[in-house]
Amino acid sequence: MPALPFYLLSAITAGCAIGAVALRNTVTAAFCLLGSLLGMSGLFVLLDAYLLAALLVLVYAGAIVALFVFIVMLLDVRGSDSRPTTRVSLAAAGVAFAVLGAGLAVTFGRNLLTTPAPLAEAPGLGASLKFYGEQLFTTYLLPVQIVGFLLLIAMLGVIVISKRFAPVEDAK
Amino acid sequence: MTVGLDQYLFLSALLFAIGFFGVLARRNAIVIFMSLELMLMASTLALVAFSRFNGTSSGNVFVFFILAIAAAEVAVGLAIIVALFRHRKTVMVDELNALKN
Repeated sequence: MPALPFYLLSAITAGCAIGAVALRNTVTAAFCLLGSLLGMSGLFVLLDAYLLAALLVLVYAGAIVALFVFIVMLLDVRGSDSRPTTRVSLAAAGVAFAVLGAGLAVTFGRNLLTTPAPLAEAPGLGASLKFYGEQLFTTYLLPVQIVGFLLLIAMLGVIVISKRFAPVEDAK
Repeated sequence: MTVGLDQYLFLSALLFAIGFFGVLARRNAIVIFMSLELMLMASTLALVAFSRFNGTSSGNVFVFFILAIAAAEVAVGLAIIVALFRHRKTVMVDELNALKN
């Protein structure tokens, strides 16, 4: 596997992720998240998951980050995050970050697999839409139905949460 | 210098930890939500890397479902934040202490 593109893309991804978490301005943080997502989709391309890379950009960058920026614009909470985070919560978050990161790094820090499986063995890699469609409508048919139902429920929930219901007139 | 599964998993763990830090340290509910998205994304990277290095495609198909769940989660979560802002005029989590005590 090529080393230089991986390190370049992972530097972009991790750097933008740190920016998204650490920057005070919410809009800047949203754009850092966008940069991190683009780096991640580049990593997906390196892993031969071209379709998922395109989907990640479409769904996350196209829909989710746009929604975040839209909500920030709508609420206009600019400048209200100026009060610094309390020292205790910052210290606790730092310790949790260190422990979680170290634990995960130790768990993964053994030489697991260094060479990827050959492409011919894995039909789902690459850009074969046909394979994904076949999988989604045979092996994963039930999950697809459940996710569709979940999306419907989420849509109804959003409508119920965000609609202002007028009080019923003849209740009295 | 070759790039193996280790490097991808390490990056995934790093991104997950960064997102976790953001969830714990930030006070703005919108930024906390962005950090949550970052954590979801990190797990996605681990799934794709496992899938590639093991030569199976289940992980890749699973990422589809994660994307759908993330979309639903963002829609509902942002609607809750907007409703919260309408009632309390703030999105700072340390001022939302109605259930404390």
